[in-house]
Amino acid sequence: MSRDEILSVDRLTMRFGGIVAVQDLSFAAERKKITALIGPNGAGKTTVFNCITGFYKPSDGTIRLAHDDGKVIALERLNDFRIAKQAKVARTFQNIRLFPGMTALENLMVAQHNALMRASGFTLLGLIGAPGYRDAEKRAIGLATDWLRRVNLLDRADDAAGNFAYGDQRRLEIARAMCTEPALLCLDEPAAGLNARESAALSELLLSIRNELGTSILLIEHDMSVVMEISDHIVVMDHGVKIAEGSPREVRDDPKVIAAYLGTDEEEAVAVMEGGS
Amino acid sequence: MTPIPHETTHASRTAGISALLKTAFINALIALVLFSLMVGIRTEAGSDGQLTYWTRFGDLASLVAAVFGGSILIELLRQWIGSTGTEKLVPPAVKSGMSFVGRYLAPALLIFTLLVPVIFYNQRYILDLAILVLTYVMLGWGLNVVVGLAGLLDLGYVAFYAVGAYSYALLATNFGWSFWVCLPLAGILAAFWGVLLGFPVLRLRGDYLAIVTLAFGEIIRLVIINWQELTGGPNGVSSIPRPSFFGIPLDNSDSGLAARLGIEYSPTHRIVFLFYLILALALLTNWVTIRLRRLPIGRAWEALREDEVACRALGINTTTTKLTAFATGAMFGGFAGAFFATRQGFISPESFTFQESALVLAIVVLGGMGSQLGVALAALAMIGGFELFRSLETYRMLVFGMAMVLIMIWRPRGLIGHRAPTVYLTKAQAISSDLVKEGHG
Amino acid sequence: MDYFAQQLINGLVLGSIYGLIAIGYTMVYGIVGMINFAHGDVFMIGGFVALITFVLLISTGLTAIPVILLVVLLVSMAITALYGWTIERIAYRPLRHSFRLAPMLSAIGMSFVLTNYSQVAQGARVKPIPPFITGGYTLHESQDGFVIQLSNIQIMVVVTTIVLLAIFTWLVSRTRLGRDMRACEQDQTMAALLGVNVDRTISMTFVIGAALAAVAGLMYLLYYGLVDFFMGFVAGIKAFTAAVLGGIGSLPGAMLGGLAIGLIETFWSAYFSVEYKDVAAFSILIVVLIFMPTGLLGRPEVEKV
Repeated sequence: MSRDEILSVDRLTMRFGGIVAVQDLSFAAERKKITALIGPNGAGKTTVFNCITGFYKPSDGTIRLAHDDGKVIALERLNDFRIAKQAKVARTFQNIRLFPGMTALENLMVAQHNALMRASGFTLLGLIGAPGYRDAEKRAIGLATDWLRRVNLLDRADDAAGNFAYGDQRRLEIARAMCTEPALLCLDEPAAGLNARESAALSELLLSIRNELGTSILLIEHDMSVVMEISDHIVVMDHGVKIAEGSPREVRDDPKVIAAYLGTDEEEAVAVMEGGS
Repeated sequence: MTPIPHETTHASRTAGISALLKTAFINALIALVLFSLMVGIRTEAGSDGQLTYWTRFGDLASLVAAVFGGSILIELLRQWIGSTGTEKLVPPAVKSGMSFVGRYLAPALLIFTLLVPVIFYNQRYILDLAILVLTYVMLGWGLNVVVGLAGLLDLGYVAFYAVGAYSYALLATNFGWSFWVCLPLAGILAAFWGVLLGFPVLRLRGDYLAIVTLAFGEIIRLVIINWQELTGGPNGVSSIPRPSFFGIPLDNSDSGLAARLGIEYSPTHRIVFLFYLILALALLTNWVTIRLRRLPIGRAWEALREDEVACRALGINTTTTKLTAFATGAMFGGFAGAFFATRQGFISPESFTFQESALVLAIVVLGGMGSQLGVALAALAMIGGFELFRSLETYRMLVFGMAMVLIMIWRPRGLIGHRAPTVYLTKAQAISSDLVKEGHG
Repeated sequence: MDYFAQQLINGLVLGSIYGLIAIGYTMVYGIVGMINFAHGDVFMIGGFVALITFVLLISTGLTAIPVILLVVLLVSMAITALYGWTIERIAYRPLRHSFRLAPMLSAIGMSFVLTNYSQVAQGARVKPIPPFITGGYTLHESQDGFVIQLSNIQIMVVVTTIVLLAIFTWLVSRTRLGRDMRACEQDQTMAALLGVNVDRTISMTFVIGAALAAVAGLMYLLYYGLVDFFMGFVAGIKAFTAAVLGGIGSLPGAMLGGLAIGLIETFWSAYFSVEYKDVAAFSILIVVLIFMPTGLLGRPEVEKV
């Protein structure tokens, strides 16, 4: 994989019993760029995400992640929590998975578990109240506060996450993922259920994550206004295979993409692809 | 939430006396069928092994009458209170008063507890009862780590209590080791068994977890009963050494504490010492738990209860998180077990039945899962209440079971229905338990 | 070999009884998603009601054994079923949409109530009955004099179990009630919207489960010749273990699990030690669940991310 690529998916195949959800999919995501994975419902996008983030073990193919220091990690060989811990891949979920009974601040503190765990001497130093741990906790609260401010939820830091409005929960989940200080941020439909104003704010947030922090982003999205506005690169899937790839402009004009989205009715498809932009 | 959801439409509330009587009549009829054979006929095996029987129609009739009257009474009460439930009945003033009481309840309770041996010095019965209550407070706090914080169901908690008790009893009687050496060992051994139980259940959810923990508890008990060479089997272990005051025995001898202090010896000294010992152990449990909640491991436990998948996505090792929860809870159970052994001086498998596990679990759930104060209050209510019914003898467990059912219907989420956050920026706000998940384990 | 065959017969008979109780656990779990901890005690009540009915019938001078059996069967099924209905009504229905642990503790409380109720009502001593069904067949006799015996009571237990299973399978798969039950199992809200009376269906589930437990209680009484107030706890835990082993929620799984537990227990007692038979049954449950976390026939849980 080239130096500019953070993620390289090669001939990824995922079978469930007899059903092939993803077949021979290859694509790459560039460093410090926003890559979007789009496609109609049931195209296999979330399956790809679950393979990348270790919730599914791919039937075939490789997924490589290259850190900034040049270290390359084979994600298909890591499982479960190690992808987030060692490979530094963070994700959000299509159906938001916050810790509803914990406050927003607590949610963000849990995200810093591994760093705090080390600082607390795997609990022992923390239990006796060692000063090193107290400093680490202060820093963690600082990072969490910072993110709460970024997603505009600072005044609700001490409210239970379960009490938040839908759009706020989406933003909090992104903030939580960012608190793990990831190399790659994977977002599963971050704009789903948001109104136009919230979508615009989301676009702004994602752009600032890319521009200011240089975090690479991979997202699945249906909201074309968001996708077209912020993506650097778009991969289009349908029925488990890649049907197109390119810049927003290239993808928008691709007849295969239009056909996949709305069958034959080209005019409507064009309307969808250009929606919002 | 209404205590007993019922078809309380407007019509039924204003329904006349005839509907009321009809319901009561049907209930009485059901009671008649239910009790007809079980109460109406009493069987007994005669001396020759032949089964004889006699009738008790009087008892049957009074029971049925009680059900008839009881249903009328309950129905009237329900109409009088209305279907609004208890929540709305509490006026705001009372509510704020309650929160005021809530803030000072824990310190007040603690001060009172510290003074119990002073106030009740001459009442051995109360001191014994207080020691018993504190033992259950400690067990409840220990299980609370597993069930309340990590959201893992454990129906075999008594196993760790047993491991702790037998560890101390066997080490002390066989090797003559002192209580203070054995206490940490008992905790470590129990924690080890907690990890051992943790491994097979890592992948299990809900009711599968329930039965495996229950089975584990039974296995430990059955092994204790049957491994007679080691444990003494059903006869148990007796003459377990009493604890010393850090090496100084609490007895009537010349080297005893009383003699050294130059005061007159009294057997109450030991009881008071035991009281403060279990209080210290319970407070240690409480302190450690409160501390742990504010550490990453404790937050990970609670996060695990809320959403295991999200935990994994955040890089939390759910395996070690679950195992540490089991180990921590088990360790406290082990401490309590060692205390139990030294206090009783005699232990047998009979003390470690499923009923004990159920009782401790009931204390945790009634307390409001995860609430330390709630667990303490629940232990006081359950054990104290159980003692109140001592005079009922055989009816005691019957009443206890009924109370358990009624309490769950009355407060399914426990006495303390909210969760306190572990960290805050500006102000710690209690989180309603409606939002708090109870885990899937 | 002969010894093995004899143990196989004994194990299957014991397994049938466990299976009948396990069905009650599994049905309730399938529909309301809770462990009915009181179910073992419902089985015990079934045994007691059967015993009392026996005593009453014999005291009337009735001697026709088939008639006695039939009456006892019907009476104990009817009364025990009413117990099942009442328990659901009092202890579980108010908690139906509550938190998972609340109904479970309510059930544990109910179990204490039933155990001590029958202790108070019928005394703590074991109640024996004289053997009713005697005789049997010698299937095989080896040179060294060991015989494989199949007693009439064993035949009766197995035949009754098979007949009940057949009726029960028909009930679940062919009748309106069975369809309602399966609908509630899938989605109670949707079932209610489609006109299924959810309350009644759940009540009926408890009634059927209790009736089957009553039959198991009667079989236990006839097979072992005694009942006592504490027998529900052990049998209940075993049957619950059976239901989980088979895959809780699965009806064939409950029967399979019941037979498995019956066989494990019998063979362990026969070849190793009687004392550790329960330890063996529980250990095998734990081992099976390590490798098959949803039991033998349970649906594998798909993790939805």
